[in-house]
Amino acid sequence: MFDNLPLWPARASTGAGNVDALYIFLLLLSGFMCLAIFVMIVVFALRYRRQPGRAAEQIEGSTALEITWSVVPLGIFMVIFAWGAFIFFQERTPPRDASEVYVVAKQWMWKLEHVEGQREINELHVPVGRDVKLIMTSQDVIHSFYVPAFRIKQDVLPGRYTTAWFRATKPGVYHLFCAEYCGSQHSGMIGQVMVMEPAQYQAWLSGGSTSGSLASNGQSIFQQLGCVTCHRSDTQGRGPNLAGIFGKPVQLEDGRTVVADENYIRESILSPSAKVVKGFKPIMPVFQGLVSEEQLTELVAYVKSLSAAPSAGTKVQESKVQ
Amino acid sequence: MATAVITPERENYLNQEYGIKSWLLTVDHKRIALLYLVSITFFFFIGGFFALLIRLELLTPAGDLVQADTYNKLFTMHGQVMIFFFLIPSIPAVLGNFLVPLMIGAKDLAFPRINLLSWYLYIIAGVLMLHCICTGGVDTGWTFYTPFSTAFSNTKVVEAGVAIFIAGFSSILTGLNFVVTIHRMRAPGMTWSRLPLFIWAHYATSIIQLLGTPVLAITLLLVVFERLFHLGIFDPTRGGDPLLFQHLFWFYSHPAVYIMILPAMAVESEVVACFTRKRIFGYHFVAMSSIAIAVFGFLVWAHHMFVAGISLYSALIFSALSYLVAVPSAIKVFNWTATMYKGSITFTTPMLYAFGFIGLFTMGGLTGLFLAALGIDVHVTDTYFIIAHFHYIMVGGAVMGYLGGLHFWWPKISGRMYPEWLGKFAALIVFLGFNLTFFPQFILGYMGMPRRYWQYPPEFQVLNVLSTAGSTILAVGYVLPMVYFLWSMRYGKIADDNPWGAAGLEWQTTSPPPTFNFDVPPVVTWEAYNYDQIPAPAEEVSVER
Amino acid sequence: MSDSPAALERHDQHRPHGPELLHHFSSAQQQRDAASLGMWLFLGTEIMFFGGMFLAYLIYRLWYFNEFAAGSRSLDITLGTVNTIVLICSSLTVALGVRAAQMGKRKLLVILLLLTLIFGLAFLGIKGVEWYAKYKEHHIPGASFDAGDLIRDYPQIHIDPAHAQIYFSLYFAMTGLHALHMIIGVGLFTYLLYHSMKGRYGPEYYTPIEMGGLYWHFVDVVWIYLFPLLYLIDRKPLG
Repeated sequence: MFDNLPLWPARASTGAGNVDALYIFLLLLSGFMCLAIFVMIVVFALRYRRQPGRAAEQIEGSTALEITWSVVPLGIFMVIFAWGAFIFFQERTPPRDASEVYVVAKQWMWKLEHVEGQREINELHVPVGRDVKLIMTSQDVIHSFYVPAFRIKQDVLPGRYTTAWFRATKPGVYHLFCAEYCGSQHSGMIGQVMVMEPAQYQAWLSGGSTSGSLASNGQSIFQQLGCVTCHRSDTQGRGPNLAGIFGKPVQLEDGRTVVADENYIRESILSPSAKVVKGFKPIMPVFQGLVSEEQLTELVAYVKSLSAAPSAGTKVQESKVQ
Repeated sequence: MATAVITPERENYLNQEYGIKSWLLTVDHKRIALLYLVSITFFFFIGGFFALLIRLELLTPAGDLVQADTYNKLFTMHGQVMIFFFLIPSIPAVLGNFLVPLMIGAKDLAFPRINLLSWYLYIIAGVLMLHCICTGGVDTGWTFYTPFSTAFSNTKVVEAGVAIFIAGFSSILTGLNFVVTIHRMRAPGMTWSRLPLFIWAHYATSIIQLLGTPVLAITLLLVVFERLFHLGIFDPTRGGDPLLFQHLFWFYSHPAVYIMILPAMAVESEVVACFTRKRIFGYHFVAMSSIAIAVFGFLVWAHHMFVAGISLYSALIFSALSYLVAVPSAIKVFNWTATMYKGSITFTTPMLYAFGFIGLFTMGGLTGLFLAALGIDVHVTDTYFIIAHFHYIMVGGAVMGYLGGLHFWWPKISGRMYPEWLGKFAALIVFLGFNLTFFPQFILGYMGMPRRYWQYPPEFQVLNVLSTAGSTILAVGYVLPMVYFLWSMRYGKIADDNPWGAAGLEWQTTSPPPTFNFDVPPVVTWEAYNYDQIPAPAEEVSVER
Repeated sequence: MSDSPAALERHDQHRPHGPELLHHFSSAQQQRDAASLGMWLFLGTEIMFFGGMFLAYLIYRLWYFNEFAAGSRSLDITLGTVNTIVLICSSLTVALGVRAAQMGKRKLLVILLLLTLIFGLAFLGIKGVEWYAKYKEHHIPGASFDAGDLIRDYPQIHIDPAHAQIYFSLYFAMTGLHALHMIIGVGLFTYLLYHSMKGRYGPEYYTPIEMGGLYWHFVDVVWIYLFPLLYLIDRKPLG
């Protein structure tokens, strides 16, 4: 708006406009309601101020009015609810073939890894017009990934993955904030999202890291840690064959069926007895404490790469405590 | 018109007995109310001092007044002190304690000694909190989120947790006292539908205090145990779940906000009725909406957790329920406004606070509609939009209600009038200062400034400077009443028994009341707010200086 | 149920009444009704208080059933059963005590209160023994926690020590809080015993006995829930 006094955040994603539309509607509605009430009060206050010779008129109430001003607001509220829910549903449903970026939050920085292998700290480069899905976890306390220009925010939790997604529409540099208080340098845990034209992004990508893609790093770890001894690519292994499992239902020993998503892979590495696959024994060693967050990310990326589509685009299975 | 007539002072609850023991060992609900008044005022200024430091730091984008850790402690303790040691007790412990027995025609609350115990628990909690503040403080945010509070913070989490735990029991016992009193000690003829709306709202508040506070108590206890004994109930590295903490915490802390606002709505009803000289429009609807707020208030807690990692479906349910809880509040606002229609309105200080309350509560409540909308909440949660929202309701609403109530019942409590022109002036300052402080924060929030930020990007500075300027004005507005209320106890005009010509049993006894409230226990044969039967005061009270 | 007081009198008139009627009440009936409602409401708050822990228990038991089952089996079911019987007997003596007070039988009341106290102390003693056993087995959460014995005892299921620690954290938190309430109950009944020996309670005034009894029954009921939830998880023979 004004150069020195900005009053509205930049609008730089496909979702931002939707959020702003509802916000403006609510601003107008609230403004109207406030005005109506304030005007009524002012008018009543002046018109019915105490005057000698006029007593107040005792009015018990009016059931008709009460019902009206209960039902009408409720109706309006339901409209707002539905509108907000619709936007939320879009925000929580990443497109199927979104590119993925893994995010590890820690006190007090953001570590981001592109699947191609580029690592960034406190910066995220993305191309305009591409769906980007963030798969995030924390190494310590709860953080929150917040990009006001995209109108997205998602808490980042230790011990699980949470996701968010966006499609940037305008090249530029936008704030990235941590939005869940996390200790001393909470307000210093900020960064930038750099949205680039596709060509520029390709250039940036190819000037990128020599550390290999996430999946190939994951494959190395998979061999180093001995996973390959049990999880063979045939049916003779003591552990299930991991080819093609990602995104598909898995039958468990106790009769449950779960979907093999990022959280499932992660849990199976850190706490294997939680969900034992039907037909197998609970003999997988526990890797809690033996793998870092980054290594976990790479292992997950590797297992995903063993399935038909590299980014399956399924919703990460959400929390146990709902 | 009684002025300073030379008669021996009538015996009342203030002069019946003198000496520190008669105060510290009193079981008179009115004296206990004054004990609370002094204590919560003390904590209000402590919390306010922290707020001023916060606002001063936020004058500049850089963190240059205090260190980051200090700042984190400041906003944590501002929240804890203001919520647990000021807002939650405020109206119920001061005005409720004083007025509930009077309004229903009883001699005291059902359990006077438990009432005194409540105050002592509050003081013990307060002393512990002060000790915590002075020996290092706590920096977890008032919300104590795990695993930061259980496994990462290096501050006095246990001490603060125990202090709030104890304060919680003070709150529970007050609520228990009120519910039993209202059920069992009403005067003959005082049926439920003749009760002042003040009583209905305090009844609803007490139900919340009884049912919700114990959950906070156990949650804080588990956090304390986890910290002390290295358990893992909320720690994911040890099999626990941080979201379990959040659910347990918010299960109390959302209803807690209704503990804070319902009593202010209680005051609002009494003040509006008196200064429009009319029965509140839609009495039964207003009474029932208090109960509805209490009930629905327990069903919406996870709207504080929309981005915390709950499922899409949970979020949908809690969003829908949150809209439901907005309806009874809207009903009240409409009814108060309708009461003014064809009334006979005078603009005394309490009435000015009442006008301010409706305006600011409406604004705060409307912004609640924004927050209940899932798509919007994702963007503005954990930003200054939330801060602005809850300050509009808790400060613009609850504190204005508290101040309005103090002014309204001051003659009854002290037997003196406060200086009316100063009262009006302070009300105006509070209203202006408040809006300047918190309105810019809505804009800051939508722009994306997160909360609990010690330093911030420079484009947010102008709005922060406006907000800080407002806070200094607000501070003046708060200091003024303290000064002139104290002044009035010695030099204020002696008050009539019913200077406002108000309805309600409390106005039918002397100002101040005798220790046992009524010389003759009343028998009630009239409806509440019988303003058609009560003559208005002969002259405008505002004329008095 | 009197919801409003019966008698009216000027404050300065003084109708003769028993020494136990407090002055702000207008009748003994009102005082009794207030006490009763107050105690029931207080017990309601206690339900909410324990409720938070029961919720945590519910969730973690669903998630970590194996560890909960193993932990449960490591508790001494004999001692737990004895304690349950002890508490139920104590509730019987309490109920009989209220009756004795109602009928004015002072000596019987004293005996029954004494028995209740003995049962209560027995419960606490047995609890102490159980906790000591847990201490020896390194099942107390914290630095010295060791679930090794559970892992060895139950090779057919996988035990995650962290999850087992959660079971024991809840075990100690729940039984600890319960024991604290028992101690308060013991203190309360000591007071009641003392005053009944002095003849303070009888048919006209036995409210404290009744209210104390309600509290004691509540603490008993909490244990009735705790016992199966903590001790009886999956006790069928291992297949």
